[in-house]
Amino acid sequence: PTELPQPVKHGLQSGNLRINFNHGTTCLAFKYSNGIVVSVDSRASAGAYIASGTVKKVIEINPFLLGTMAGGAADCQFWQRVLSQECWLYELRNKERISVAAASKLLANILYNYKGYGLSIGTMIVGWDKKGPGLYYVDDDGTRHSGNLFAVGSGSTYAYGVLDTCYRWDMTDDEALELGRRAIYHATYRDIGSGNSNNLYLVKPDGWKFIGNYDTANLHYQYNPVAAE
Amino acid sequence: ISQKYIMSRYDRAITVFSPDGHLFQVEYAQEAVKKGSTAVGIRGGNCAVLAVEKKAAAKLQDDRTVRKMALLDNHVAMAFAGLTADARILINRARVECKSHRLTVEDPVTLEYIARFVAGIKQKYTQSTGRRPFGLSTLLVGFNVDGTPHLYCTDPSGAYNEWLANAVGKNDKTVREFLEKMYTPESVADEVGAIKLALRAILEVVQSGAKNVDLGVMRCRDGVPEWEILPAERLSALMAEIEAEREAEAEKKRARKE
Repeated sequence: PTELPQPVKHGLQSGNLRINFNHGTTCLAFKYSNGIVVSVDSRASAGAYIASGTVKKVIEINPFLLGTMAGGAADCQFWQRVLSQECWLYELRNKERISVAAASKLLANILYNYKGYGLSIGTMIVGWDKKGPGLYYVDDDGTRHSGNLFAVGSGSTYAYGVLDTCYRWDMTDDEALELGRRAIYHATYRDIGSGNSNNLYLVKPDGWKFIGNYDTANLHYQYNPVAAE
Repeated sequence: ISQKYIMSRYDRAITVFSPDGHLFQVEYAQEAVKKGSTAVGIRGGNCAVLAVEKKAAAKLQDDRTVRKMALLDNHVAMAFAGLTADARILINRARVECKSHRLTVEDPVTLEYIARFVAGIKQKYTQSTGRRPFGLSTLLVGFNVDGTPHLYCTDPSGAYNEWLANAVGKNDKTVREFLEKMYTPESVADEVGAIKLALRAILEVVQSGAKNVDLGVMRCRDGVPEWEILPAERLSALMAEIEAEREAEAEKKRARKE
């Protein structure tokens, strides 16, 4: 290249050429009557290049806490592992599991200390504690919101379209999981930054459970069956 | 050059081990506690009580300014025996920590946490250069978020333990023996029982009279903690009741003897 690549926000730039290390991503999580569904895609893109189709975007902090990954993969993974450490220390010192509110606050306070230093993290901290289901959105400028439904990433708008149309508080587990699956499928269909496969988790009072990995190509043909000739 | 010389004097720790394994500074601090005015703590079934000996105030002194019980948060109170000035420092640090915990964890402190925190500070000062240990033992009472009352005791060494009933300060041994004899979970199941036991215990070593005792109750009504320092009239009435009960018991003993 005529110019040596210079680091810019979320990537590298050389003249007009720009590579974004940012995850195109879709992550979503929502509470419902019987638990919390966490549904994410698995694509890592570097500009127009699909670097990986098998990224684990749900980080298992402990058997009762999950974190989703959006933004810089290294940042998300590293700081959520630090969060796991802190949660374990809390449990040892206080002889009880940390609440989702406290865990998300620990992360948010750490990220606020690094505000302006270029961290790229958009995460949801999901879990079940003695106050019930907990869902917090935490990001790199120190934002921390509690809520019943969040979608994060380049495909979030498509996911919101499906979620906002079909979401109800009273759903069975299967209905909720299907909603999570469909929302990710639609995001992967339209967003180039999201795709490959869908990882589904279900969070209940006794902890999280990995439901399955669903190839979005298969989901496509499932939802749009080709009529038999 | 002379500055360096002065600094090196503070490089040595003050609290060091003796050849037979004692930390004399800590033990001397415990002696200071034994000279302080008595404080009693009782964990009841649905409340926690603190009673402290009020030193007779000088004539010109405003006795409202001499408060030996401090509120650390709306659900935690502390009484102490020992150096009042040292207590002020710990009370301040504990109050800030209670608030800080609410901010970072979005939950009020548990009694165990704040007892651990206060004890942790005290321990640090037994292992720091140029510092001496705190000369006080504290009694911490309050309610955890789950609605259970607790009583913790810390001492100058930085040790902390949970108690059902305890006393610190002058004559603490006498009071503790009295409590060991008289404390039963049934006797303190209700608030009046717990208050009366605390009063009886402190009256073992303090002259009877509302002006000699301060008593505080931490109760929890519908999940809302409430700290009350009993007014003097209520104290006098309770003390009169206890006197009457004592008389009745003495009568019964005399009757049995004959």
